[in-house]
Amino acid sequence: MFDALSDRLEGILGRLRSRGRLSDRDIEEALREIRTALLEADVDVGVARSLVDGIRLRLVGETLSKSLSPGQQVVKAVHEELIRVLGGETLKVTFASAPPTVVLLAGLQGSGKTTTAAKLARWFRQQGRNPMLVGADLQRPAAVEQLRILAEQVGVPMYSQQADPVAVARTGKEEASRLGRDVLIVDTAGRLSIDEELMEEVRQVSAVVSPHYTFLVIDAMTGQDAVSTARAFHDALELDGVILTKLDGDARGGAALSVKETVGRPIAFASTGERLADFDLFHPDRMANRILGMGDALTLIEQAEREFDKGVAEQSAAALLQGRFTLEDFLAQLQQVKKLGSLGGVLSLLPGVPKEMRQASSAVDDRQVGQVEAIIRSMTRRERLDPSSIDGSRRLRIAKGSGTTTQDVNQLLRQFKEAQQLMRSPGMLGGLLGGAKGGRMAQALSDAMADAPELGESGLGAGASPFGSARTPARAGAGGGSKKKKKGGRVTPKAGGQGRGR
Amino acid sequence: MVALWIVLAVALLALVVGGVLVVGRARRRRAVGRPAAPTPPARPAAPTVPVVEAPPVAGPEVAEEAPPGEPLVEAAAPELRAGMGKTRGLLSGYWRSLRARSSIDAQTWDDIEEALLRADVGVATTGALLEDLQTRVRGGELSGADAVLAALREDLRSTLAGAGDVGLRFDPGSTNVWLFVGVNGVGKTTTIGKVARRQRAAGHSVLLAAGDTFRAAAAQQLETWGERIGVPVVRGAEGGDPSAVVFDAVQRAAARGNDLVLADTAGRLHTKVNLVEELKKIRRVAGREPGNVTEVLLVLDATTGQNGLAQARQFLDAVEVTGVVLTKLDGTAKGGIVVAIQRELGLPVKLVGVGEGPDDLIPFDPAAFVDALFA
Repeated sequence: MFDALSDRLEGILGRLRSRGRLSDRDIEEALREIRTALLEADVDVGVARSLVDGIRLRLVGETLSKSLSPGQQVVKAVHEELIRVLGGETLKVTFASAPPTVVLLAGLQGSGKTTTAAKLARWFRQQGRNPMLVGADLQRPAAVEQLRILAEQVGVPMYSQQADPVAVARTGKEEASRLGRDVLIVDTAGRLSIDEELMEEVRQVSAVVSPHYTFLVIDAMTGQDAVSTARAFHDALELDGVILTKLDGDARGGAALSVKETVGRPIAFASTGERLADFDLFHPDRMANRILGMGDALTLIEQAEREFDKGVAEQSAAALLQGRFTLEDFLAQLQQVKKLGSLGGVLSLLPGVPKEMRQASSAVDDRQVGQVEAIIRSMTRRERLDPSSIDGSRRLRIAKGSGTTTQDVNQLLRQFKEAQQLMRSPGMLGGLLGGAKGGRMAQALSDAMADAPELGESGLGAGASPFGSARTPARAGAGGGSKKKKKGGRVTPKAGGQGRGR
Repeated sequence: MVALWIVLAVALLALVVGGVLVVGRARRRRAVGRPAAPTPPARPAAPTVPVVEAPPVAGPEVAEEAPPGEPLVEAAAPELRAGMGKTRGLLSGYWRSLRARSSIDAQTWDDIEEALLRADVGVATTGALLEDLQTRVRGGELSGADAVLAALREDLRSTLAGAGDVGLRFDPGSTNVWLFVGVNGVGKTTTIGKVARRQRAAGHSVLLAAGDTFRAAAAQQLETWGERIGVPVVRGAEGGDPSAVVFDAVQRAAARGNDLVLADTAGRLHTKVNLVEELKKIRRVAGREPGNVTEVLLVLDATTGQNGLAQARQFLDAVEVTGVVLTKLDGTAKGGIVVAIQRELGLPVKLVGVGEGPDDLIPFDPAAFVDALFA
């Protein structure tokens, strides 16, 4: 998973730099890789095929860009194609002239309908509406109870009764009118698309409430089955949109693409966690990144916002930008970063991380990180601020205290010094953040931030980034130093952290 | 070299994330303040309640007499084929057209590949299977589409049969604990209901532990199953420490003479470090005297795509999963990801869920599974 598509393509197309354009054979090779990436992301086989065909048309005869490598150029074409497919018009929720506006949720068992219903209620409330929930899932034990508890948390009324779903839906709508609620969200039981009886039942529920919006709730980790499920529900209910759930996992989410292509309706909302607040409008560009395995910077940032100690984060960033970076700083930052998960895993969420760093980090065991941490903890504060003061006897003490050898301590001190020098050198940090890949990272981050409403009214403006890098930078020699390529390594990050301080 | 990369990676992350937070906060301070909507309490990162007893709850947590429940009629185990493929799906079309062809050409291979991919077998595993078959065709061992398909079936079957024994482990004379884990919405609680039914019919004295203390009404859901099956349930307060509930259940089981505790846990994404840590703790606690953890079952939804492999890997790593329960196989999904899971992790499928009712559970049969793929 850490061999991002661009890296793989780089391998195939890297040698093309001198030639003027992509040959047909180059394109075919690249398209094979793209197809594999899409299939690994759970995109439907047929949808992947038509996507690849579309990308082929884009690439044929295209001249090689001066500023992007061939691999990057192909990825860009794919990325744009995905956004085009996933995007199009966003769903604009409009409200019925005669309230209530009815929203019907349907989907397979376990897709997250009940939680989504509550989240939708909260979302509508934030829009200034007065929603009400109807619990028409009478199949799953305690489903109504679950919805009741969630409704209470959101602060909206909930209606249900021990009857059949159609009757509950009908009466629920009447109740909503009676109470003057302007939005009605109907939760239904999970059902198999091939269960004719239950599909007929949901058709009847729909007939009885006449929904303005019918959403298919689908799990982001759904595989090839997404298409047949979406098609069946669309045929039965005439969907208006799709809600994608459990995006806080690491599923690439190709199902989103499959469903969008099949049903042709927008993906309206994305659910990104178990809390009611983890719910927002869908972002096609973020999804495109994810499907291509290109990382999801905004998810990382949101996660960090949740987990990081704000004060420490600000101090660290300020210090780093000034070129200050001590073992003390490093220890504090390590604690923060660990809260986000294993190092390799977190790094994979950042786009534009130099390939060497990503490969090396993915090979890093959390145990090794723990060892590094132990060594630093065995130092006194003064030693951390001034490592040059660490003589032989201190090294021995540190080694004993951390259960390592003096060689390990020596190595850490030596490499930390190297890292400090690397970071202070004018090319490096700029290279990391402003070089070709860094530029992409900074660009992705600034795009992402422009997108995210929580981070500011108008985003960062065209071309700007918090690190002041250019939009399409030339390939800077990003920093010297020994960047050994580490082959192999872990495919997936170790989830269980070994260090302290979760 | 390792430390160098760790340092650089951490510095980079800290800078990027920290820097963004700085800018974001500055902007927010300038922006018009927005009223924050009330949010429910976040999931506790690390339980602080010491593991002794489940927190006291008003009223009995366990009914003294297990409710009678539904009569234990020996329901016929639903046939896998009937439960799994009510419809002749896309795959059957492929297989039919493949059989119709007598010779093997590039199209044949493409069709086989597509059929396997559509079953969620995955790119890597499909590639390996095809390569093997192609080698054997080139070597003259296989000729004709029929032979190739038969060989493919056998490859799949033998892969899934794996190490051999797919039975559920039970140590007589001890308080067995079977832990059910998995991501959100896969069917852990429903599966426990079904397993409880079977095991009770098999003569075991079963107790359920409502170890999902996070999800609203999760304990009620399990209690409903308990009533249905006629099996007692131990629960704690909502939002309480799940390890405490499991510990309490095991203690009670030992005291009351139950020989099998089925422990439910909250759904959790394998990527959430703190939740995985919580699960590790639950497993540790479950195995404390007199508990004997004889099965850790990963419940996996058959509709899951390639992410299923990542789930299996992480849960296996964290809590030593002993087997997989593949649920919702009565739908259109084929569940082919279990081939990759067996092949790469050596994790066998032990049980298959084919419906929402208490009898909709069958032991995994590799040959029947493959037959249903080819149906």
